Amino acid sequence: MAGHHYLPNTPADRQAMLKTIGVQSVEELFADLPADIRLKQPLELPPAVSELEILRMMQERAGRNSNVDQFPCFLGAGAYDHFVPSVVSHLAGRAEFYTAYTQYQPEISQGGLQALWEYQSFMCELTGLDVSNASLYDGATATAEAMNLACGVTGRKKVLISAGVHPFYRQVVATYARDFGFAVQVIPVVQGKTAADELITLVDDETATVILQTPNFYGIIEDMTAFGEAVHRQGGLFVAVVNPISLALLQSPGEYGADIAVGEGQPLGLGLNFGGPYLGFMAVREKYMRRMPGRIVGQTVDIEGRRGFVLTLQAREQHIRREKAYSNICSNEGLCAVMAAIYVSAMGREGLRQVANSCLQKAHYAAQRIAALPGYSLAHTGPFFHEFVIKTPRPASEINSLLLAKGIIGGLDLATLEAAMADQLLFCVTEKRTSGEIDELVAVLEGLK
Amino acid sequence: MSELRQGKPVIYELSRPGRIGCDLPALDVPEQEVAALVSEHLLRSVPPNLPQVSEVDVVRHYIGLSRRNYGVDNGFYPLGSCTMKYNPKINEDTARLAGFSKIHPLQPVDTVQGALSVLYELQTYLAQIAGMDGCTLQPVAGAHGELTGLKLIRAYHHSRGENRTKVIVPDSAHGTNPATATACGLETVEIKSDPDGSVNLEALRAAVGPDTAAFMLTNPSTLGLFETKITEIAKITHDAGGLLYYDGANANAILGITRPGDMGFDVVHFNLHKTFSTPHGGGGPGSGPVGVKAKLLPFLPVPVIEFDGHRYSLQYDQPQSIGKVHSFYGNFAVMLRAYTYIRMMGPDGLRLASEDAVLNANYIMRSLAESYELPFDRHCMHECVFAGLKEPAPGVKTLDIAKRILDYGYHPPTIYFPLIVHDALMIEPTETESKETMDEFIAVMKKIAQEALESPELVSNAPHTTVVRRLDETTAARKPVVRWKDK
Amino acid sequence: MNFPQELKYTKDHEWVRLEGSRAVVGITAFAQSELGDIVFIEVPPVGKKIKIHGGLSVVESVKAVSDIYAPLTGTVVEVNEQLADQPELVNQDPYGEGWIAILEWENSDETDQLLGVDQYQALALGGK
Repeated sequence: MAGHHYLPNTPADRQAMLKTIGVQSVEELFADLPADIRLKQPLELPPAVSELEILRMMQERAGRNSNVDQFPCFLGAGAYDHFVPSVVSHLAGRAEFYTAYTQYQPEISQGGLQALWEYQSFMCELTGLDVSNASLYDGATATAEAMNLACGVTGRKKVLISAGVHPFYRQVVATYARDFGFAVQVIPVVQGKTAADELITLVDDETATVILQTPNFYGIIEDMTAFGEAVHRQGGLFVAVVNPISLALLQSPGEYGADIAVGEGQPLGLGLNFGGPYLGFMAVREKYMRRMPGRIVGQTVDIEGRRGFVLTLQAREQHIRREKAYSNICSNEGLCAVMAAIYVSAMGREGLRQVANSCLQKAHYAAQRIAALPGYSLAHTGPFFHEFVIKTPRPASEINSLLLAKGIIGGLDLATLEAAMADQLLFCVTEKRTSGEIDELVAVLEGLK
Repeated sequence: MSELRQGKPVIYELSRPGRIGCDLPALDVPEQEVAALVSEHLLRSVPPNLPQVSEVDVVRHYIGLSRRNYGVDNGFYPLGSCTMKYNPKINEDTARLAGFSKIHPLQPVDTVQGALSVLYELQTYLAQIAGMDGCTLQPVAGAHGELTGLKLIRAYHHSRGENRTKVIVPDSAHGTNPATATACGLETVEIKSDPDGSVNLEALRAAVGPDTAAFMLTNPSTLGLFETKITEIAKITHDAGGLLYYDGANANAILGITRPGDMGFDVVHFNLHKTFSTPHGGGGPGSGPVGVKAKLLPFLPVPVIEFDGHRYSLQYDQPQSIGKVHSFYGNFAVMLRAYTYIRMMGPDGLRLASEDAVLNANYIMRSLAESYELPFDRHCMHECVFAGLKEPAPGVKTLDIAKRILDYGYHPPTIYFPLIVHDALMIEPTETESKETMDEFIAVMKKIAQEALESPELVSNAPHTTVVRRLDETTAARKPVVRWKDK
Repeated sequence: MNFPQELKYTKDHEWVRLEGSRAVVGITAFAQSELGDIVFIEVPPVGKKIKIHGGLSVVESVKAVSDIYAPLTGTVVEVNEQLADQPELVNQDPYGEGWIAILEWENSDETDQLLGVDQYQALALGGK
C-alpha cells in the first residue's frame, strides 16, 4: 500500500522490525487469534478519501446546517450563544494543551495543571464556595453527581428536585438515580417558580438533598435562602444549579447557603457545538471536599521549594478506590475548563459584569417590547435574568416556522417538552443580540398575530 | 529551559485594577436600573474576585503555560492503555466549520440535517467496526460509556423479569470497571487471572450464576495480550444468562482484524479519544459511544437518531429507553473529528493502523527485553508490559525510571498498571510513530537501565531538568490548597 | 519493624489495646508502611454502634486507600481528633499518638479471636 501521512512505517521499516522481532510477517503477530473470529473481508466502510476531499465533503455537510452567525438565535434552554473572544481559540488551540494527556506526570504538565487550578479559583469566586473540581461532563451529569454526593454523605435516599430544574437535567438525574434506588420526587413549579410551601413541607429527616435551579428553566430567578434553611434544619444538603454568567450579578450559592453548586460552564467561552463538548462544574463547601467527584488540582512545592501544581486527593478516584470510588469519572472536560479559564481571564471582573448586564438589559428590553404586542404576554411575573417565557396568540411551532422563514431562530417551543405548555415560547437574549435583531424579532412577531 | 525554570505567576498575580482583556460593544438598548429589574436581595453583595488583566497579559500567560506542558505534538507519548496517537489537524478544521460549531442543539431539526447526517453515519461506522447492531453516541467518556452500557444491561435483565446484581471483572481490569459497577448499583466480583493476565476459565465458571448481570472484559487484555479463549468465555457468560461487556480501551489492536461482536460481546464502548485520533485535551473532552447487539436496542438513551431515507430526526418516543445520560447528544465536536478520521483512513487504513500498532509494540518489546523484565514471552498486541528492570537496581523503583525518562524529553509509559504485574511499565507506541523515534526511545530506556546500576541516584532523584522537580504530593493531599486567595 | 508484644492484632492489620472494657484501635507499622505517607483518616462519629468486621475508618495515602474494620463489636466512645490536622501521626507513631478510635466492647468471645504478636508477625512478614 502507498505511504500514508499518519503512518510513518515504510516497507523497509516494517521489514527491519519484523526481523528484530523474529517473524516473517505481521500476520504471525496475530497468529493466536482464533480463526473463527477473524474478519475475512475488509470493514464495510466508505473507501478512504484525501484531506482535500474530506474538507469539501464536510463543508458541504456543514453548509446544510443553518448556523447562528447567519440566523440570529433566540434559543437558550441549557446552551447559550455568547460572544467568545478570539483569544480563546488561539490559546486553547495550542497543541501543548490540546494534545496532552491527563496530568499524571506533573513535572511536564505544569501548564495544564496551573490553568485548571486557576479555573478552580474562578469557579470558587463565582459560586462563593470553597472548593471546585477541574470539571465534570456537563451541567446535567454534574447535577446527578451532586445528588450522589448528597446521598452518600447523608446516607439517605430521598431526593427533592424542583420542576424548575432543566427537564433534560432531571431526566439524567432520574437515569442515574434509578440504579441506586434513590427516590426522586419532583416539586412543581407554579407561576414559573418552585412551589416553596410544598417543598418545605416535604423536606424531612430522610431527605438527602433539595435541588433547585436559578435562574430556573423558565428564566425566573428563585429566592433560594428559604430552601436552604428548610433542608439544613433536617440535616440534608442544598444543591443549587446555576448559570455562571449570571453569577457576575446575582447572589452566589455561597451567600444563600448552598452546600453544592453545579451547572453548565458552556457560556464561559465554549461555542454551541450542537450540544457538546460542554463543561459541568461543581463547587462545594470545604467539608465535602474529600467526597467530591472529578479531578482536583492542588498547589504544592517541589524538592527545591518551587511552587508547582499536582492532581491531588486522588485516593478518591476510580483508579485507586475502584469499586469503592465515589464516582467512576476518569476523563472529564479538561480542555473545556482551560477554555473557560481563558475566557474568564480575558473577560475579567469588569468584562463578565458587562456581559451579564448586557444579557439582563437586552432580555428585558426584548421581553417588554414583545409583551407589549397585542396577543403576546409574559407567562410569568417573577424577576428574570436572560430568559423569559412568552405566551403566544397562535401555536408556538407556527410562530417559529414563520420566524425561520424570515431568518430568525425563535425561542424554544415548550410544547416539545410538555404538551400542556402549548403556545409558550422560551426566549433567550444574550449580549450577542443587537437592538436591530431584537427589533426585527419584535416586528416579525407583530406581523404574525 | 532556564527561563522556564523561574516561577510562573498565577494570573491573579498579574492582575491590576482597571485592566481589561476584552472589548464588548456598547449597550445598544436603553439601560434600566439593575435593582429595578431584579430586587436587591437577589443580587450579589460582593462582586466575584476575578483577574483584571490586558489581552496581552492573557496571551503571554497562556502561551507561557503551554510551554510548560507536553502533548503528543511535542513528542513520543508511549502511555500504555491510552493510545496517544497523532491528532490529525484536518480534524480540527472540519470540527470548526461554522455550520458545525455554531449550531444550537435545540434548533429545528430541518436546520441541522447536515449535523445529524454525520452523527447517523458515525453510528453506522462504529457499529460496523464493532460488529454491533446499533450504537448510541451520547456518552462523553469511556467511563461514561461503561456506565451507559451497564445501565443498558440492567434494563435488559429487568425487562426479562430478572434482577441480576453482580458484575464480574478480572483483577487486571482498569479501575473504572469496578467503579462503574458501583455507580450502577451493582456489586463487583473480582476473579483472579492466570499468570499471563488472561481469564482463568475455572474462576469464571465458579463466579457466574443466576445473579450475574455481566462480565466486563478488555480484549486485548490490559496486559496487551489477546484473550484467545474468548469464545469459551462468551459461552460461559451467556450460558449463565449474563451479558458480555467490551471495554474498548484497547481497540486499536484489532481494527479490521476482528470485532467484539464476532467474539461474542453484547455491548461495546469505544474511546474516540484513544482509537479514533481525537485529542485528549489534558483530561478530555472525550467521547465514549456504546454499540449494542439487537436485543439491547430498545433500551438505548434518547434521543435516537433516525433516518427515513430522506430526513434525519431525533426520536424521543422510546418507551424502554434508559433515559438520558447527557444534556444533549454527546460531544458532537469530538465525534466530528472521529468521523473525519474514519473517512480519511477508510477500511484499509484502519486495518493498517492496527497492524502497525501491533508491529511497533512488538518491536519495542523485543528491543527492550534484555534490559527490562518481560513477564510473559509471547507476542504482544498494541502494547507491552514490563515488570521493572531485568537487573534490579537497589534503591531504584519503576517510578524513578519514569521520572528519569522525563529528563530525556519523553512522556513516560504507564506505570504501576495493570496491578497484577509488579512494578509495571506499560508501553503503547501506536502506529503513528516512526522507527527512528522508537529507536531513540529504546536507546534512552537502555541507557536508564544502565544508569540505574552505575549511578542510581541520578535515576532515583530524577527528574533534574524539568521546570519543576518532584513535587510534594503528600502535603498537597494533607493540606490541599485548591484555589487562589488574595493575601 | 516493630510489633509491640502487649497488643493484640487482626489479619486486616489493625492493632488493639484492651483496657478493661475499652479497646483502643489503630493500624500497624506494616500497614502504614504499605500505605506510604498518610494524608487523611476518616474517623467514625462518636456514639456509632459497630459490629465486628464492620467499617470503622478509612485511611488514605497519596497512592492508596485502606478500609479499617472494627476488631470487636461495640460502640465508638472516643476518636483521635489530632489526626484531622496531623495524619502523619499514624506513620510516625502508629501504636501511640497514631491511635484512631476507642471502642467500648462487650463480647469476650471476640477478644479470643484476636491474634497475638507472633501470629500477626508471621502473617504480615511471612508473605515477603
